[in-house]
Amino acid sequence: MFVAWREIRFARGRFVLIGSVVALITILVGFLTGLTAGLAGQNVSAVMGLGADRIVFSAPAHGESDPSFGDSSITPEQASTWSDAAGVNTAEPLGISQTRLSAGERRSPAALFGVSSAGTHTLLPEGVPGPHSGEIVLGTSVAKTLGVSTGATVGAFGLDLRVSAVIDDAWYAHSSVAWLTLPDWQEAMARGGQPAWATVLAVSLTDAAQPDAIDAAAHTASRAPLPALLSIESFRSEIGSLLLIVGMLFGISALVIGAFFTVWTIQRAPDIAVLKALGARTGRLVRDTLGQALVVLLAGVGVGMLATIGLGLLAGSAVPFVLSPATIALPALGLIILGLIGGAFALRPVLRSDPLAALGAPR
Amino acid sequence: MIELNDVTLTFPDGERTVTAVDHASLTVPPGSITAIIGASGSGKSSLLAVASALIQPDSGAVHVAGVDLMGLSPAEATAVRREHIGIVFQQSNLLPALTALDQLAVMNELDGHSRAARAETRERARALLARVGLAGHENKRPHQLSGGQRQRVNIARALMNDPRVLIVDEPTSALDHARGQEIITLILELTRDRGTSTLLVTHDRSHLARMDQVLVMSDGVLTAHDPHAAIAA
Ligand SMILES: Nc1ncnc2c1ncn2[C@@H]1O[C@H](COP(=O)(O)OP(=O)(O)OP(=O)(O)O)[C@@H](O)[C@H]1O
Ligand SMILES: [Mg+2]
Repeated sequence: MFVAWREIRFARGRFVLIGSVVALITILVGFLTGLTAGLAGQNVSAVMGLGADRIVFSAPAHGESDPSFGDSSITPEQASTWSDAAGVNTAEPLGISQTRLSAGERRSPAALFGVSSAGTHTLLPEGVPGPHSGEIVLGTSVAKTLGVSTGATVGAFGLDLRVSAVIDDAWYAHSSVAWLTLPDWQEAMARGGQPAWATVLAVSLTDAAQPDAIDAAAHTASRAPLPALLSIESFRSEIGSLLLIVGMLFGISALVIGAFFTVWTIQRAPDIAVLKALGARTGRLVRDTLGQALVVLLAGVGVGMLATIGLGLLAGSAVPFVLSPATIALPALGLIILGLIGGAFALRPVLRSDPLAALGAPR
Repeated sequence: MIELNDVTLTFPDGERTVTAVDHASLTVPPGSITAIIGASGSGKSSLLAVASALIQPDSGAVHVAGVDLMGLSPAEATAVRREHIGIVFQQSNLLPALTALDQLAVMNELDGHSRAARAETRERARALLARVGLAGHENKRPHQLSGGQRQRVNIARALMNDPRVLIVDEPTSALDHARGQEIITLILELTRDRGTSTLLVTHDRSHLARMDQVLVMSDGVLTAHDPHAAIAA
C-alpha cells in the first residue's frame, strides 16, 4: 500500500470525487432497500409473527392454483380434521378481515384478527395477553389515529369493544392489526353481511405430520409461512415491482461502480508497468492496487451508510423504512464487492501487459 | 557481465514478422560501458529489452550477471530484474505521486520490510540522491524537478539495489547538450565506481569517444565501431 496511500494523498480531488459517487450510490441503494423492507413489513409482519409451521387455506376454486387470504374460508369441520390428524400439535383458527374502526367521530382502517381463545396463545406477539370476549387489542398507530388508550371503547361493524391493550403495530396488507376473540370476529362479520367461521388455520406440526395428506382429507391448501405471504394479494402485487426496482438499481450500481474502478485502475497502468519493469512482484502490485480501491470504497460506503442511517432516522416516522443490519450492511457489502470486482477486472490486462511499454519502445 | 550470443528477436506484424534483432552478439565486462547507436527503429530498444530480461529472444544465448535468461518464467525474470539489473528508461518514468526519496525506496517498501530495514532503505536512498547531486531535493515530486534532475533520479533509482548490470536507454534525449554531458559523465563515474556492466543507447555521437566500446545497430544487425572514429562517421 506504499504507492496507494501516496497516490490518494497526491490526487486528493480525484479521490474525494470517486468516494462521493460511491457514497451517493450507497445512500440510494441503502434507502431503497430500507424502504422495500419497510413496505414489505407493512404487508406481512403480522403473518410472519404468527409463529405457525403452516398456514392452512381453504382449497382454491377450480382454475386457480394459489390460495389467497382474501378468498379463503375455513369451516369448523376442516379445523377439526386438522386438529385430529396425526402429527398436528395445534390448529388454531384465525379470522382475518379488513375494516374501519371508529371511536366517536374518528375512523381508522385496521386489520381484524380473530383468535380462538383468551389467555395465553401463540398467535399474538409474545407477552401480550389475548383479548377476552368484548375486548380488542390495538396497535399504537390505530390507537393514535382514533385518539384512544386502554379502557376506551371502539366500534367495529356496530360492535362495541373495550380496548384491553395497546401494543406495537403488527401489519397486514398495510393495515395495523387489531386483535379480538374469534366469536366477536364472527359476530362482526355476520353484522357486516359476510358471515364466516374463520379465514385460515395456523397450525404447529411435529416432524411426523403429513400436511399434503391432511390437505387432501380436509379439502384445504396449506403453505409454509414464507410462501403463504404471496397469498396476501397486496404483497404479491407490490413485492415483484419493488424487487425489480431494487434489482435494477443494484445492476446499475454494479455497472457504475465497476466502471469507475476499472477506469481508476487503468489510469494507474503506466505506473504499474514501470514498477513491473523494475522488478516488483505481481502480488505486491495487486495488493497495492486493490488495497487502494478498498480504501476508496470503504470511505465512500462508510459515509454513505452513516448518511442512510441519518436519513432513515429522520424518515422513519413518515414513511415505512426499516433500519437493520440486513438493509444497511448487506447492500454496503454488495457495493464493496462489486467495486473490487471492477478493479480486479481492470487489473488483469494491466498485469499481463508488457513491461516493455515502460521502456518507451514503439509498439 | 552481459553476454549476448547470436540473439534473434522477431515481432509479429500482421501477416509478416519484423526482425528487430538479427543474430546479434555482444559482451560487456564489469566496470565498462558499451554504447549502441543506430537509426530510429533499428532495434536498439529491443536489444536492451533482451539484455534487461524484459523479453525473451526467439533464439540465441543470454547471460546477465551470471544468470542464464533463456527459458526463465515471467516471475523468475522479474526476480532477476529486481536483484541484478538497474534500468534507466528513455522517458522520465517516475511515479507522479512519489517524492524523489520515495521513487528510490518504493521497490523495497512494496515488499513491506521491517522498521530497521526501512530506515536502512531510506538512508541508502538519501546517500544515492546525494551521489547523483540531488541532496536537498529528496522531498520533491517529479513535477517539481527539472528534466536533468528527473533523469538523475532515474539513474539513482536504477542503482538502489546495487545491480551488477546497468541498462540505459537514451538518457540524454530530453536534455540540452551540457546537461547531457553531465549525465553521461555521471553514468561513466558510477560504472567505474561500482563495477557495473553498463549498456547504453544514445543518439548523441559526441559522447562516443568516452565509451569503452561502441556498436552500431542497423536493421537489427550489430557491428563493431571504432569509438575514436565516431565523429567522422
Ligand atoms: N512490441 C512490439 N511489437 C511489434 N513490433 C515491435 C515491438 N517493439 C518494437 N517493434 C519493432 O521492432 C523494430 C525495432 O524497434 P526498437 O524499438 O527496438 O527501435 P529503436 O532502435 O529503439 O528505435 P528508436 O531509436 O526510435 O527508439 C521496429 O521496427 C519496431 O516497429
Ligand atoms: Mg528506442
